[in-house]
Amino acid sequence: MSQTKAGIQIEDLHLSFGETKVLEGINMVIEPGEFFAFLGPSGSGKSTLLRAIAGFGPTPRGRILIGGRDIASLPPWKRNVGMVFQSYALWPHMSVRRNVAFGLEERRIPKREIGPKVEQALETVGLLHLADRMPAQLSGGQQQRVALARTIAIEPQVLLLDEPLSNLDAALRVQMRRELLALQRKLGLTTIFVTHDQEEANTTSDRMAVLDRGVIQQIGTPQQLYDYPENAFVAGFLGTANILKGTMQEGAFITEAGQRLPTSENVSGANRIVLRPQNIRLASAGSDGDIVGQVAHREFLGSQIRYLVDTPDGRIVIDMLHSFGQPPFAPGASISMSIDSRSAPLLVD
Amino acid sequence: MPDSYQTASRGFTLFPRLSGAAISGILIAIFLMAFLILPVAQVLYVAFLDSRTGGFTLQNFQDFFNTSLFRESFVNSLYVSAMSVVFATLIALPLAYITTRFNFAGTAAIQALGIIPLIMPPFVGAVAMSLLFGRNGSVNLLLNQYFGFRIPFMEGLNGVILVQSIHYFPFILINLSASLRNIDRSMEEAAQNLGSHGMRMFRRIVFPLAMPGYLAGAALVFIKVFDDLGTPLLLNVNNMLAPQAYLRITGVGINDPMGYVISFILVVFSIFSLWASFLFMRGKDYATVQKGGGGLSRRDLKPREKWLAWGVILLILALVLSPHLGLLLLAFGTIWSFSPLPDGFTTEHFVTIFTQSSQYVWNTIIYAGSAALIDVLLGTAIAYIVIRTGLPGRKWLDYMATAALAVPGVVLGIGYLRMFHGVQLPFGLGQLSSFWGIIIIALAVRRLPYALRACMAALQQVSLSLEEAAASLGASRTSTIRRIVVPLMTGGILAGFVTSFATAAVELSATIMLVGRASDAPLAYGIYLYMQSPAGRGAGAALGILAVVIVALGTYLSQRIIERERIRQTMSHDQH
Repeated sequence: MSQTKAGIQIEDLHLSFGETKVLEGINMVIEPGEFFAFLGPSGSGKSTLLRAIAGFGPTPRGRILIGGRDIASLPPWKRNVGMVFQSYALWPHMSVRRNVAFGLEERRIPKREIGPKVEQALETVGLLHLADRMPAQLSGGQQQRVALARTIAIEPQVLLLDEPLSNLDAALRVQMRRELLALQRKLGLTTIFVTHDQEEANTTSDRMAVLDRGVIQQIGTPQQLYDYPENAFVAGFLGTANILKGTMQEGAFITEAGQRLPTSENVSGANRIVLRPQNIRLASAGSDGDIVGQVAHREFLGSQIRYLVDTPDGRIVIDMLHSFGQPPFAPGASISMSIDSRSAPLLVD
Repeated sequence: MPDSYQTASRGFTLFPRLSGAAISGILIAIFLMAFLILPVAQVLYVAFLDSRTGGFTLQNFQDFFNTSLFRESFVNSLYVSAMSVVFATLIALPLAYITTRFNFAGTAAIQALGIIPLIMPPFVGAVAMSLLFGRNGSVNLLLNQYFGFRIPFMEGLNGVILVQSIHYFPFILINLSASLRNIDRSMEEAAQNLGSHGMRMFRRIVFPLAMPGYLAGAALVFIKVFDDLGTPLLLNVNNMLAPQAYLRITGVGINDPMGYVISFILVVFSIFSLWASFLFMRGKDYATVQKGGGGLSRRDLKPREKWLAWGVILLILALVLSPHLGLLLLAFGTIWSFSPLPDGFTTEHFVTIFTQSSQYVWNTIIYAGSAALIDVLLGTAIAYIVIRTGLPGRKWLDYMATAALAVPGVVLGIGYLRMFHGVQLPFGLGQLSSFWGIIIIALAVRRLPYALRACMAALQQVSLSLEEAAASLGASRTSTIRRIVVPLMTGGILAGFVTSFATAAVELSATIMLVGRASDAPLAYGIYLYMQSPAGRGAGAALGILAVVIVALGTYLSQRIIERERIRQTMSHDQH
């Protein structure tokens, strides 16, 4: 299938439902062929933004350019963006084949071309043998593939996926996300993937945008966002983070309780420090450490042990790799903690 | 196992000790056999008997199709039913479309419109409709005066089609709107996303998804019209099947085979269309609304579209309300003939019916009340036996009771006449077939399917664990039913009672054949008698108004009960 790669530009997009502002000042550039994720909690506006690109929901203010052309004022059926719905939205009164043919028929493609294109699309998702089934006869994963085939059959400029894995069970979800990525790489389609699951976003996307309350919090690769969060929301939403308040003094971060933590960078005005659970080393009391505390609770997770530790700055979470036979710290034990200064980003509110 | 706490039967005994449920089940089965299955089976059987020799024959059917009047009646009944479906669709489709697809201020009005026709039995409005739309009715008088032409709204079969489609369109409206509302908006958005929109999308996606609901409604309209006796009779249209059956049996006699042949045809068509609508619905549960989704996407109307929508709706509203308006004019008018409006207004007709014909009202209250009581008793018992016990053959109670749906009133009436004709009652009550009590039984059997559904629904809401809790605390089965199950089912039972009562109160087709003398007659029959003569129409209309009030109050009450029950249910669920 020959797809024309198209980039997406969103410029100063605002959208409200009546009085409620849902999206505010959205700006982003998605490169041609990129796998891009919108990540955020429910109500963050990520689905609304995706639907605005497809042309559904209230008319937004601002510009949406696909391949350089502003489509914000076009009705959905003239946009040529393919969307896979969370519920798949397969039409129950049509066979798989007719579902997939629908978009081609609407485009007035000659009949003799439709058949091969439908088969090619079904072949791509590996479901050609089920072409004459009705949707109700398919499993959830198969329905998902049909929805995908139906969308790629029209050779859209961009592919929009609205929580595509949320209706699948856990094992299938992992398999499907790999298949989705493989398919996207094969077709080279610019793809936007909406999810509330950071693992899905991390494992699939080239870059992602984290949204909260209708505002983009940060855009970047999964690793950039994890290692260098720009605010407390991003730090807390991606993985587990201990965020301590404090101030910068003489190249070190002094917590509210007065503990001194070394930092490698000197960010002026920084008032928060992000400590990832796995970047804190634990030792028994008395050894050299940056913070002292007492184990309040312990969870054995197999590959690691998670400790909840009470410190003068409150309870923090620490993960320690578990090595064979090593006895863990008991609840109530006094311990000292040291921090790798390179792995503790500073935040300015 | 629902009855896991019941002791298993130990071996074979000659006289097994029967549980209360089993005894009730057997009694109900006997009742249904005696008053539904056997009378109807006999009617179907007699259709194949030679009336002289008593041997098996197909001669009756041959005679039927060789008589031009019967052929004509058969074709007319099919034609009227099909055309009523067409016109009912023409009324219902725009209403369903406008209310489900657009943000429209008139949605509440249209929903009210959807039940107004149902609160008036069609035969009650029939005469009023002739006075408004007939050859010399108000509309045609005005048309003729100003434009010099008339429209034959009510000529012959047209009148039946008009009255029936105005009365029965809500069945299509309700079913179609429900299906449209059950379509998830992503169904439509997916189509738009793939390049479809407007009428094309409606035709390819939306309407096919709503089709099962539409067909179910249409099948219902078809069969109701096909079976109806009262409307053609009151409009004096006799060349249709149901009136012919009635006229043959009451005119020629109980042994005339034609009435039975017609009954056979009516039953076959009823079963066929019920079966067809079951087929349409099977495997096509298109209710696609997802969690977080919500019906079709609605859009605002442009100003011109808004005017158009209001125009269509007001036109339909005028048409739908015309039987009510006509009935009011007739009931309060003095003389109404060859003029657009009555000459003057009076309350005399109401005085007449209350002084001279109050027995109709009392009879109706007694008959419909007793029938509804029988229905909820049977309904509760059957529901309990079917859902909560393991009695063998319990499903058959449900099937038998529900089979009444496929039996037209005329057929049941003929069946009772045939079966109970020679049965003498003790205490000087006369023959069973002309005893007033048989009317109650006919009404009860006719309305039982509806009451049974209400009771089944109510019982399904009662969690089994509530009963098990009572049993584990030492309550016997009888006392569990009395103290736990029935109180929790009260709302559903009450709603079933009120619906049965309100619809039984205006039933005509079975009763008309079973009324032995005028003093035993209910309201519907009284209306029929009055409407026979022009002089009696005023009083007939006044009775009609009374009937409408009874049905309207009943409908309102059962809606209130169902609503209250629903709120109670959700509240108790919230506490979990």
